[in-house]
Amino acid sequence: MPIQYYIFFCLSLFSIGVVGVLTRRNAIIVFMCIELMLNAVNLLLVAFSKMYYGLAAQNGVANTVGIDAQIFVFFIMVVAAAEVSIGLAIIVMMYRNTHSIDINFLNRLKN
Amino acid sequence: MAFMKILIAFILLWPFVGFLFNGLGRNYWSKKVIAYKATGYIVASFIASIFAFLHVQAHGAVTVHYFDFMNTATLKIPFDFKVDALSSLFLLVITGVGSLIHLYSTAYMKDEAAPHYARYFAYLNLFIFSMLILVLGDNYVVMFIGWEGVGLCSYLLIGYWFTNGNYNYAAKKAFIMNRIGDLGFLLAIFWLIAKLGTVNYSEVLTYERISNLSSFDITGITLLLFVGAMGKSAQIPLFTWLPDAMAGPTPVSALIHAATMVTAGIYMITRSNILFSHSEITQNVIAIIGISTALLAATIAIKQNDIKKVLAYSTVSQLGYMFLGLGVGAYSGAVFHVITHAFFKALLFLGAGSVIHAMHHEQDIRKMGGLKSKLPITHITFLIGCIAIAGVPPFSGFFSKDEILAAAFAKSPIYWVLGVLGAAMTAFYMFRLYATTFLGKFRGSADQENHLHESPAAMTLPLVLLAIASAIAGAIGIPEMMGGHHWLAHQLIPIVGEPVELGLTHSMEWILMAVSVSIALIALIIAISTYIKKTDEEPSTAIGKFFYNKWHIDELYNEAIVLPLNRFAGFLKNVIEKQVIDGAVNGTGKLVQYSARKVRLIQNGQVGYYILFMVIGIILLFVFWFNDLSILRFFSNLNQH
Repeated sequence: MPIQYYIFFCLSLFSIGVVGVLTRRNAIIVFMCIELMLNAVNLLLVAFSKMYYGLAAQNGVANTVGIDAQIFVFFIMVVAAAEVSIGLAIIVMMYRNTHSIDINFLNRLKN
Repeated sequence: MAFMKILIAFILLWPFVGFLFNGLGRNYWSKKVIAYKATGYIVASFIASIFAFLHVQAHGAVTVHYFDFMNTATLKIPFDFKVDALSSLFLLVITGVGSLIHLYSTAYMKDEAAPHYARYFAYLNLFIFSMLILVLGDNYVVMFIGWEGVGLCSYLLIGYWFTNGNYNYAAKKAFIMNRIGDLGFLLAIFWLIAKLGTVNYSEVLTYERISNLSSFDITGITLLLFVGAMGKSAQIPLFTWLPDAMAGPTPVSALIHAATMVTAGIYMITRSNILFSHSEITQNVIAIIGISTALLAATIAIKQNDIKKVLAYSTVSQLGYMFLGLGVGAYSGAVFHVITHAFFKALLFLGAGSVIHAMHHEQDIRKMGGLKSKLPITHITFLIGCIAIAGVPPFSGFFSKDEILAAAFAKSPIYWVLGVLGAAMTAFYMFRLYATTFLGKFRGSADQENHLHESPAAMTLPLVLLAIASAIAGAIGIPEMMGGHHWLAHQLIPIVGEPVELGLTHSMEWILMAVSVSIALIALIIAISTYIKKTDEEPSTAIGKFFYNKWHIDELYNEAIVLPLNRFAGFLKNVIEKQVIDGAVNGTGKLVQYSARKVRLIQNGQVGYYILFMVIGIILLFVFWFNDLSILRFFSNLNQH
């Protein structure tokens, strides 16, 4: 499959994430949209990694090309897991304090 | 050499020690201590100068090196002093006349309070120090240090009575006029550095170096140097400060504004005579400005009624003669006139000071008269000074003026005719001054008449010594046609070269001399016979008014330069400063405040908005950073795979 397909797919996934973060008020949905953006990036990294590996294999050069991108992906997944646990904890605390998970309710930074 | 090094340091440092002593201790010492110290230091310097002079006579010129003033790869300016025939003569004149004037000042200034008395002597000592640096320096930069130093002291001493606003104005005028000249001098130094890479006399003033310069360079440098001399030595157009400088105490006028500082320009040009001799244009400019100044100042002096003003214009006029001498190549004649003028003009000023002292600070000669019997010593010495300046043989002024006039005749008879005309006017106004002041009946108040008294010995002793010097100083330059040897011209051969052959026969010289002397004598007799009976009242004729009002030159400068400059400054202050600069500064502040008031509204506490702005920011960053071309190139690269 040409790489463009992956690019356009990741772009739309990322844009959906951005628009979701911007428009939704439910904190959990916003959170999920952030995950969506992270995974769009992950997918793109894997796609490029595969592409460069394929090119290198065709030319008969070293077959470790693109492996660093996959390492990145693992890192991102680990960091995302940590982030999710903290984020969900924040949302739980938020619900306990305000009995709501509407982010527009949190406007005390104003003034 | 080590001996000379110490000796020159001695000459220089005594006045400086006096300056520090009087300046720092002005609140501690009694007037007696101040007077003894201040005078003693200058006398010590004078004695050291005599030794330096004798050393030069015996062993020739000496250059001593103290340290490097500036030392870069391409320019080296050493702090060197040079004692040769020219500077040792100036040393003697400065410290000799300086000692007498210090002595005179101790009595003249005795009514001042001790701190001011000390301040006066501190300035006077600092002046001698600066003047010595000026004449001793072995390059133009060291000369310039002294040049600025004497200008500063002149300013401080003109404004010595600083509670009087007019005196401060006169001091500022002198300083600013001098600054204009100094700028010319400074530019000349820069030009020399740019073209020759050195400012040392021994390197600049050689025929090999000068032959490397184009005639444009030489003319430019010498004209700029002459602009410096113009300011310091009060020549057209920068002469108006000197008459106003009479605001200072009279001994200051005698020392700074007659005998020494104003002759610095003549010294500088004589020192650089090799340079000046290479530019015909500059020489003509100097001669023309010199003779015009001599005549202009003489016409003004005829109509003045303030005893010091007459002497001030007379000084300007005599300086004009010296520049005429320089312009026609009679360098030794100019130096000769500097020396004789230092004696007789210092004498005349000190005599005037003695009269002013006796008259209780009255300076208007119309209120004097008949002082002959009341001030016998002042009278006789003043008369000697008048005879000397009028050029009556065998007094000193005759020899020096005649030498300049003879050289002027050899250059162009027109110079000579104008010079003799000026000499006649000199004789006229000096004897007008003499007759109005000392002859006839006393015209002041009865109170003044009762208090008339001869000055104390500290004032009459310098008068007598200067009178003797004025009478006999001509002996150092008796021309060969009179069977003399012209000691001075022989002295100056190492600096100005062999005396120029004028191409005049002895009989011709005798005729010229006889004509100028008889014209001066006629003017003298007319002046005495006219002013023994009457005084000048307000002038009635148009030309008389014109001269009385000093050719309206002050008004002209005021209208042409000062007022437009003030108006321009006002424009800068009221329009440029208030509207443009303040507008820009205040406008920046207002813009920040206004935009802050507007922009802070978007900080509304809604997290969604913050994220929106962040996203917009990132998109903008992408657009600017990876502009469309690089994105397109990225995609085209992808297509190739």
